[in-house]
Amino acid sequence: MLPEIGQFSLILALFFALSLAIMPLVGYWKGHQLLLETARPLTFIMSALVLMSFVILAVSFLTNDFSVLYVSQNSSIKLPIWYKFSAVWGGHEGSLLFWVLILVGWCSAVALKIRSLPMDIGPIVLAVLGSICVGFLSFLLFTSSPFVRLLPDTPPDGGDLNPLLQDFGLIVHPPILYMGYVGFAVAFAFAVTALITGNLNAAWARWARPWTACSWAFLTLGITLGSWWAYYELGWGGWWFWDPVENASLLPWLSGTALLHSLAVTEKRGVFKSWTVLLAIFTFSLSLLGAFLVRSGVLTSVHSFAADPTRGVFILGLLVVFVGGSLFLYAIRASQVRSSVTFGATGREAWLLLNNILLTVLTLTVLLGTLYPLIFDALRLGKISVGAPYFNSVFTPIALLLIVFMAVGPLSKWHKTSLNSLLKACVIAAILAMLIAGGLVYRFEFGWLAWVCLSVASWVLLLSLADWFSKVTAGSKGMIPRARQLPRNYYGMLLAHIGVAVTLIGIILVSINSHDSMLRLSPGDKVSMAGYEFRFDRMEQIQGSNYVSNKGQFTAYQSGRAVAVLYPEKRFFTTRQQVMTEAALDAGFTRDLYISLGEQLDESAWGVRIYVKSFVRWIWLGGLMMMAGGLLAALDKRYRQRTGG
Amino acid sequence: MRRFVFFLPLVCFLILGGVFYSQLGKDNQYVPSALVGKKVPNFTLISLENDQMVTQKDLPHGPYLMNFWGTWCPACHIEHPFLVELALKGVPIIGIDYKDQKHLAEQWLIEKGNPYQQVLMDEMGLFGLDMGVTGAPETFVINSSGVIVHRHQGVVNEQNWPELKGYLK
Repeated sequence: MLPEIGQFSLILALFFALSLAIMPLVGYWKGHQLLLETARPLTFIMSALVLMSFVILAVSFLTNDFSVLYVSQNSSIKLPIWYKFSAVWGGHEGSLLFWVLILVGWCSAVALKIRSLPMDIGPIVLAVLGSICVGFLSFLLFTSSPFVRLLPDTPPDGGDLNPLLQDFGLIVHPPILYMGYVGFAVAFAFAVTALITGNLNAAWARWARPWTACSWAFLTLGITLGSWWAYYELGWGGWWFWDPVENASLLPWLSGTALLHSLAVTEKRGVFKSWTVLLAIFTFSLSLLGAFLVRSGVLTSVHSFAADPTRGVFILGLLVVFVGGSLFLYAIRASQVRSSVTFGATGREAWLLLNNILLTVLTLTVLLGTLYPLIFDALRLGKISVGAPYFNSVFTPIALLLIVFMAVGPLSKWHKTSLNSLLKACVIAAILAMLIAGGLVYRFEFGWLAWVCLSVASWVLLLSLADWFSKVTAGSKGMIPRARQLPRNYYGMLLAHIGVAVTLIGIILVSINSHDSMLRLSPGDKVSMAGYEFRFDRMEQIQGSNYVSNKGQFTAYQSGRAVAVLYPEKRFFTTRQQVMTEAALDAGFTRDLYISLGEQLDESAWGVRIYVKSFVRWIWLGGLMMMAGGLLAALDKRYRQRTGG
Repeated sequence: MRRFVFFLPLVCFLILGGVFYSQLGKDNQYVPSALVGKKVPNFTLISLENDQMVTQKDLPHGPYLMNFWGTWCPACHIEHPFLVELALKGVPIIGIDYKDQKHLAEQWLIEKGNPYQQVLMDEMGLFGLDMGVTGAPETFVINSSGVIVHRHQGVVNEQNWPELKGYLK
């Protein structure tokens, strides 16, 4: 009975979404205030209905209701309870429901904040969001309902959750990533509203900014978590693979970063108006494209859901309606916008323009690399795949250039900056940065590429800190009161920029200064590597709940002192007849120690693989800093003031 | 002219949409290889275990699977445990280490177990080219008379194994 209620409340939600998409718009055109005001309650009811059906699906999982097809495919009686809950979004249908849940969550958040928007803008934003809900709810109901029953032949037990998904990283990774993806729908809705109402002024940029910053922060965290998961779970020390699905999350991140900056320019200076609208559309389109690529099976990848062409056609239809529709609106409306404001070649606008150009180029290169196999095939030139070499060689130089300019932007002032003072600061910072990097490279014997990257990273750190220092020392109030007066927005930017430098340092050091070797070791053996001495203490047999395991104990010493004890395991799962290697990891601020067991070579000797990876944590530390920066910017006091209406 | 510029994004999107549409469902149908129904092409490859030259004469006589893999391929990490499972059940598998490095492949097999009767090194991917391989993992089913009867692109797993097994005779 319960699953039917879930299905029914989804159908009801679809009707409410339809009304939400239509009524406020009619109200806007007819000038009917009452119709405009329906937007808010409609949003809340729709959200409650989706939430109810999500809760029902979760309950079906927790109560082992295998009469529901989706539950029987993705759960089993033995599955631990937290995985039962996370299995709700472990497959295509459930994850789509989860996607819709997050979408209505964002809708409700906008509805809650609607009072800070003018009377006729807020309802239109909700109506645009409502139409997106209509699209996804009908996708859910017509092609992939999670409540389909298996009656009367209910299986006694389910087919279990994919073992790869039985992992903490994968419990938290999709929700956070979806928060980011779907969040860009809000910026999209604001942009489309601006097109509909024709108010392409600075105001919409101001409203869209905190929402964009917030979803950008979630997307950053989601990508960071995904990379961390790949590192420890796939177990050969890589942290980014240019897999189509990873690219699908990187694409909206890149264009979202561009949007974040371009919104700032539009808000502050009223320039780039039509470009910013286009970027907002582009960013959300890339989020939709990600969904399309992952769920339609046009590109094969590790993460793909069961591919189904009907679903593909449906998402493609959604893409055509939303992207095609908004671009059409854009083509008609944006051409009427004229920008009368000008800016100097050294003003902050110019730097941010450069930032936007470079980020857009980066987005397009990744997009091209991801879609190249498709386009190549469509032109009947055969099937090919573009691998990591393409991305590494094209992405790296542009990204480095972008990071170099990233540090200059904040130093310059809006409109126009004196070239002399800017040049002076830059030259000093450049020389210092090159010297610092040179010192490091000389001391640790790195190559020239490392020198370039380290210079860029220290350049960013130096200029960011110098900018902060010059801001807090200006004036007569004293440093601490000045520092507290600087807006959160500014600290958010500072933190995110430093985060980029930290990630960059992590990337360089882990790629040039990682050691690994495959060794033949027996208990009692010692081996030295990268300043550490590893001793293979002993090997023991362990009986687990559903496996037997060979568990090794290794102690790592640094200059005679024990710094870590590691327990790598080789587990044999008796029921599935499967061997799983459980690597042992000692995480540290400046290095990770990583040991995995290979095969038993003879009576006592084992193949053992040891890695020492420098600074690998910095990659994710930088990601966390960027996320915190985004959240800080979203929470700036300015955005909480009411504007008009 | 100025108006036209604003239509550009729409035009680009529609072209891309057309490409997507033409691609839908294609990869599922897995365009059958031109080699299906033919013998395994001539080759000379180096064996990973003992550096011996191996030609098509040295391949097994019974039906077997030929699996293209590489340590660089994320999907192969996912496929590997299932191949080990198949090997335990007695399914003969020949591994072609595709566009890979020898020491990486050796480490991989030591760490993850070796499901292959024989591993041949196709470092340059030339044999892969002859077989019409487009990426890894890819698995061919070869029958007892040495003829390729089926080609499977992507991961072999519990779901699609029955289909491959049907060809394996």
